Amino acid sequence: MKKLTALLLALVMVFALAACGSSNSAPAAEGSAAEEAAAPADMKVGFIFLHDENSTYDLNFMNAAKDACEAEGVEAIIKTNVPEGQECYETAAELVDAGCSIVFADSFGHEDYMIQAAKEFPEVQFCHATGTKAHTEGLDNYHNAFASIYEGRFLAGVAAGMKLNEMIEAGEFTADEAKIGYVGAFTYAEVISGYTSFFLGARSVCPTATMDVTFTGSWYDEAAEKEAATKLIEGGCKLISQHADSMGAPTACETAGVPDVSYNGSTVDACPNTFIVSSRIDWTPYMVYMIECVKNGIAIDADWTGTLETGSVVLTEVNEGAAAAGTAGAIADVGAKLENGELHVFDVSTFTVDGKTLDSYMADVDTDEAFEGDTEVVADGYFHESEFRSAPYFDVQIDGITLLDTSF
Amino acid sequence: MNNKTKEPLFHIVKRDNLPWYHAWGIRFLAIVLSLVLCALVTTLTTGENPISVFGTIISGAVGTKRRVWILLQNLAILLGISLAVTPAFKMRFWNIGAEGQVLAGSLASAACMILLGNKLPNGALIAVIVLCGVLAGAVWAVIPAIFKAKWNTNETLFTLMMNYVATQLVAYYIIIWEVPKGSGTVGIINASTEAGWFPMLGGNRYLLNVLIIAAMTIFVYFYLNYSKHGYEIAVVGESERTARYVGIKVERVIIRTLLLSGALCGLVGILLVAGTSHTITTTLAGGQGFTAVMVSWLAKFNPIAMIFTSLLLVFMGRGASEVSTVFGLNQAFSDILTGIIIFFIIGCEFFLRYRVSFRKREKSEIAEKGGEQHV
Repeated sequence: MKKLTALLLALVMVFALAACGSSNSAPAAEGSAAEEAAAPADMKVGFIFLHDENSTYDLNFMNAAKDACEAEGVEAIIKTNVPEGQECYETAAELVDAGCSIVFADSFGHEDYMIQAAKEFPEVQFCHATGTKAHTEGLDNYHNAFASIYEGRFLAGVAAGMKLNEMIEAGEFTADEAKIGYVGAFTYAEVISGYTSFFLGARSVCPTATMDVTFTGSWYDEAAEKEAATKLIEGGCKLISQHADSMGAPTACETAGVPDVSYNGSTVDACPNTFIVSSRIDWTPYMVYMIECVKNGIAIDADWTGTLETGSVVLTEVNEGAAAAGTAGAIADVGAKLENGELHVFDVSTFTVDGKTLDSYMADVDTDEAFEGDTEVVADGYFHESEFRSAPYFDVQIDGITLLDTSF
Repeated sequence: MNNKTKEPLFHIVKRDNLPWYHAWGIRFLAIVLSLVLCALVTTLTTGENPISVFGTIISGAVGTKRRVWILLQNLAILLGISLAVTPAFKMRFWNIGAEGQVLAGSLASAACMILLGNKLPNGALIAVIVLCGVLAGAVWAVIPAIFKAKWNTNETLFTLMMNYVATQLVAYYIIIWEVPKGSGTVGIINASTEAGWFPMLGGNRYLLNVLIIAAMTIFVYFYLNYSKHGYEIAVVGESERTARYVGIKVERVIIRTLLLSGALCGLVGILLVAGTSHTITTTLAGGQGFTAVMVSWLAKFNPIAMIFTSLLLVFMGRGASEVSTVFGLNQAFSDILTGIIIFFIIGCEFFLRYRVSFRKREKSEIAEKGGEQHV
């Protein structure tokens, strides 16, 4: 009987081998063709991503990495699902072993491990998105990058304000009830800078607008984001926006029929009735820049801030089905003013802090454990965001915005 | 043939003990079969060449010297947690709280590194870290044990819940320690002073962890098999009443064993924080507290066999991430492959214990056919 079982198993095995044997040849040929195409350029760029393509945040980076490497004719080695710990250093070291001349990481928590790797492999360039330490670390081969996404959010805010105005005119609610809800991840400067610029954009066209902000304590938590958005809607918010990476808030809006300004890419497919517009950072220009620098032997900037002008800050197509009439035109107009310096997002005449104008502010540009301000960032009538380092440092609580919770 | 009582097509009979070579033959066959199925699934769903996928798994796991060391490090951690939960399992105490116990140890060591980083000489600091970490893990495990011993509460639920408490505690302290504020990350602790970091042996950052876990393997092996405590654990596991009858204080054994179980988990937590990562996150244990349950069971609570079962899982896990990189497949695909292999390995244990007995006539026919092919 034992023999019988063994023989049956053996039979299955033979069939299975035959089955896969016959189908082997075609894919193998494909594989070698692809290798040949990439062969001429021997430069390799390694990418470390926190999640995989299921996260909109990482997908945004993955698309940029593929586009940039294709355009530059270099090979991309992509590592997904790399946690913000020792694994990040290990992955970076493995990418160096694999012959990469640049290693790029996309998540804030990767920074320390990227610096660790940068110290160990001085001949390789390490580029880190959203980090804050390159300008103080003093390494020749470690660089930070970000984009003036606050400008993108300001423009998205303009679209939101116009939608509020349209709803007020239609008599859906009064001007005083024009409250926006915002789902944030952490009480981190990047998020504060984001929601404040969005709010200022909205208030620039809808002067009575106010905003409630809530935090989920996670960059990606679909259930928490959905719940947060639902709570905001129940609390009287007429329009929702988010700084978190899942579809939680957009789907909650679609269910409730509340207009939504999304982030990191269009959600129009899932939310055709409520999606207005979305801002995002296009990382392709930076990745092209870093590859070109290495190709030409030029030093990469310690801090690189992409702008509307470099094509790093972009807005998706406006969803005409949900947005107010003339939104696309208004975005283009305001965008042009931001680009030529006629308009500044954090113009201190447009907001107050505790009822007073913000004349002076010492921002915590050089990260230290006490979070002490070290750099004067208000000058010429506006707050100079992302100028002293690429990552945002606007962390002021302005009037008109209510934080529902600050536990994160 | 229909006038007889209908005999089912096959029925299942318990086996006598198999000779070891036969048992291992069946296991080997199961692994081969699982690989064949993996190959089929790979070809049918992705169109990739299964041989090159397997090759990539191997090179991803042990392709370079660095990868071998990372494999050893990951093996050490998983094996360490598996060893830690084993005494409890052997006692039929379903400790599925290893995740929380490891986190408790991690949290305690991170706290020592952050709060005492500049106040103690490094040797003393490391001693304090080890003490606190081991204690924290032990406390995390002994709370459900006391409740089980005194009031016979359900330890499965209790230890499971303790995981969530530990995770939330870590989340809470991350917000206190985060740098910069609001970022939700602690970053590398004492990056400039390296206070509280375990020393690198011979310039290798993993060797110390590997040696500690190797020592732990030997310790647990002897503890379970050759000590009075180990014997008591086995008796309590077989039958609490027997244990009581022969004068074993069951409550004491439960509490003592869980103290050890938790302390060992705490030790792994220390290795994670002070040994390699030098940071604290809620996902530091990364689900390995649960994987360890499988490692321990697959090895039938034998510490030496656990080296191989944990190696298998770590090997596949490391290979998996390389597959997703090389072939551009989602990492979930490699998890499917790992799942298939584990399914076969667990499944074959059934055939080790039972044999399938087919209806007589069929049996002889198939046996003949099979016999021909065999020759």
